[in-house]
Amino acid sequence: MPNNSPILEFKSDSFSVPVLLLFTNDLQIIEQQLKEKVDAAPEFFKNSPLIFDVQELNKLDRPIDIAALVDIIRQSNLLPVGMRGGNVKQNKEAVKLLIPVYSAHSSNAPSDTPKQKDITPETIESISTTILITRPVRSGQRLYSSGDLVVLAPVSAGAEIMAEGNIHVYGKLRGRALAGVQGNTEARIFCSDLQAELISIAGNYKISDDMRDVVSKKPVQVYLQDHTLIIKDIV
Amino acid sequence: MTRIIVVTSGKGGVGKTTTSAAIAMGFAQKGHKTAVIDFDVGLRNLDLIMGCERRVVYDIVNVIFGEATLNQALIRDKHCEQLYILPASQTRDKDALSQEGVGQILEELAAKDFEYVVCDSPAGIEKGAHLAMYFADDAFVVTNPEVASVRDSDRMLGILSSKSRRAEQGLEPIKEYLLLTRYSPERVRIGEMLSVADVQDILSLHLLGVIPESKSVLTASNSGMPVILDEKSDAGQAYADIVARYLGEDIPHRFIEEKKGIFGKFFGSK
Ligand SMILES: Nc1ncnc2c1ncn2[C@@H]1O[C@H](COP(=O)(O)OP(=O)(O)O)[C@@H](O)[C@H]1O
Ligand SMILES: [Mg+2]
Repeated sequence: MPNNSPILEFKSDSFSVPVLLLFTNDLQIIEQQLKEKVDAAPEFFKNSPLIFDVQELNKLDRPIDIAALVDIIRQSNLLPVGMRGGNVKQNKEAVKLLIPVYSAHSSNAPSDTPKQKDITPETIESISTTILITRPVRSGQRLYSSGDLVVLAPVSAGAEIMAEGNIHVYGKLRGRALAGVQGNTEARIFCSDLQAELISIAGNYKISDDMRDVVSKKPVQVYLQDHTLIIKDIV
Repeated sequence: MTRIIVVTSGKGGVGKTTTSAAIAMGFAQKGHKTAVIDFDVGLRNLDLIMGCERRVVYDIVNVIFGEATLNQALIRDKHCEQLYILPASQTRDKDALSQEGVGQILEELAAKDFEYVVCDSPAGIEKGAHLAMYFADDAFVVTNPEVASVRDSDRMLGILSSKSRRAEQGLEPIKEYLLLTRYSPERVRIGEMLSVADVQDILSLHLLGVIPESKSVLTASNSGMPVILDEKSDAGQAYADIVARYLGEDIPHRFIEEKKGIFGKFFGSK
């Protein structure tokens, strides 16, 4: 090895990691809800890193068993890589479990600093980013985005793509596309060639039989109006 | 560097073993040290097509269980000394293969300077098929021009892109190639088969070649010779084109159009 090539280097880098905000300390309910979310998109969540945030619980003075929580997260095939907003005791527990501790942007813990009140349940950071797919989505594959989903390739019959936000498909859409899967009725589907088996927005769907008069090979958008799916040409 | 190629499809009877035998022979004929591995434990027919069934003493399962060394199990081809066959077991059940065992065999082949390792996958998406593709660098997706086969290939492509070593380790994805086999332009014309364009449209995959439906395939397998050795046959030529294209030669596609004229009719489909 040439003697001037570096062996290693520390760099500061930033990553986008989903944060799990907890509003209850009932481990059973957490386990159940986590399972439901993960089952909805197992490939998406599998081995995904995760930071869990207990700040809200501490604000409400609801203690939670960190070791048990970490177990539940791991059993859901997620990889906990940090805890945020814990109190002194929780931070110690987390470090014992080799889970790094991050201070919440507001306070370290309600028990040692005065409370601040800047967190609302809507602040779900970085979890709702756009997912970009550049390779064909094949029959039997399922994709899930907690934000928008952009596919620059065809989606095969027998494939299923889901997004909490909008879906864009710039190849042929032959599979199933479900936008606004958590109930966002403003979500839309855009595609350059609609030949889908099923399209759905916030649970309102059409199957291919209902779309026989849709002209293929033409860019269209799909949106919801009075609980009805409207398919319209773009431009 | 060893390049591991899986010949796969999802569906059975589409021509995977025929293809594996032909391309492995093709690489070897061009001077590349090549091994072809039969992953179809329980069925075992690569050795028949390669004409070495009577020389099988040990097989892949024996190697994995340490009952034989890889050298003992590899059979050197009688036509081409650059080609080696690792047969499957007829007697063991499918679960005898393990990922670790297969990985070790592939490492050992790399250490022996094999340039190409062709993995003949069994049908289905179960263990044997999974192990055949898990370590692959390239996938030859063998498809017949019919809807069911195309759909199965599509599924297989999905599995390749999520369940392979390359996918799991976040490496550059497996390179995927389409081989359209048992193609008959006549039957496409009368609407009994999908055309090359139809299949391309559904799979959007790089087309490596079209192999025509040909009697020469059966003749070759009955005589235990990979069809590529029958240089006069259309299927043999199609496989030779495929090998050359894969190795980087720029060769126009053939066997897509119907043969024209009376000579074509007489001499064409040998
Ligand atoms: N191009 C072809 N033309 C005619 N018959 C073919 C062709 N390719 C394969 N076959 C026949 O199809 C059958 C299945 O082929 P095989 O290679 O064993 O498929 P697989 O390994 O996918 O099950 C065999 O009888 C073989 O002779
Ligand atoms: Mg076979």
